Amino acid sequence: MALIVVDVMPKAEILDPQGKAVTRALARLGHEAVGDVRVGKRFELRVDGDVTDALLDEVREVASEVLANTVIEDVVEVRVVDEAELAR
Amino acid sequence: MKVGVITFPGTLDDRDAQRAVRLAGHEPVALWHREHDLHGVDALVLPGGFSYGDYLRAGAIAALSPIMTEVVDAANRGMPVLGICNGFQMLAEAHLLPGGLVRNQTGLFVRRDQRLRVERTSTAWSNRFDEGQEIVIPLKNGEGRFVATPEEVARIEGEGLVVFRYLGEDPNGSIDAIAGVANAAGNVVGLMPHPEHAVELGFGPTTTRMKAGVDGLEIFKSALEAVAA
Repeated sequence: MALIVVDVMPKAEILDPQGKAVTRALARLGHEAVGDVRVGKRFELRVDGDVTDALLDEVREVASEVLANTVIEDVVEVRVVDEAELAR
Repeated sequence: MKVGVITFPGTLDDRDAQRAVRLAGHEPVALWHREHDLHGVDALVLPGGFSYGDYLRAGAIAALSPIMTEVVDAANRGMPVLGICNGFQMLAEAHLLPGGLVRNQTGLFVRRDQRLRVERTSTAWSNRFDEGQEIVIPLKNGEGRFVATPEEVARIEGEGLVVFRYLGEDPNGSIDAIAGVANAAGNVVGLMPHPEHAVELGFGPTTTRMKAGVDGLEIFKSALEAVAA
């Protein structure tokens, strides 16, 4: 069993009001070292069988066509977390 | 003329849209998102609401509904298709319209009677207005900020795809104060404000008199002329 993790972030040129709200809250709490926060999404896709190249290609397609809207977001990363790592 | 109004799980304004269609002199046909049948309608309205609770992205899951296969085909054949608010978000997610809609710049849900300028009249849904005409349509949304990459905005403006623009203070922080856009052919139009809430005296936005605004009715009447043309 494995887990495929897909990270999606708002495009850099598109303002992220959620991130701005968090940035302001952190500033209010005195965390001056934090300059800017952007908020994205993490999707965890559980896979029963082996993670083949074909399956990874399929997931990359799903990531860019369903999980993200590439007009406003970028798929930052598609990575496989293996069994050993999941067990920890 | 038959105008289909599609109901998705979480759609709120389908009944209002059906009523607007009736007041505009057309026959409303209720359509269900899980069907693959448009029941012979001549035009389509995707109404507002919060389909699938705005999960994933506003309009994203509804844009993958069974009926959307037929909507995309009909739109590509030239059928008039109108997306209002959440319906606009669905049409953008289905890539029938350019750009995307994200959370309002202020982070707040905005409800107000919104002044708009009609920028383009050569569309299936704006042909009864004069170019540059000012209209008032109620607006109510939390994710109505129209965005696109600078290159895409240049294309949208260059090809004259902007149909409606906000007048006065931009309620969402939309790029170029864009409130509504069309596809190149002009048969598909999406806008964030709600024309179905401005169709009857006494129940519309306040214009010259209290709740007297009926500018939205012209949008629903437009489709008839588009189909007849």
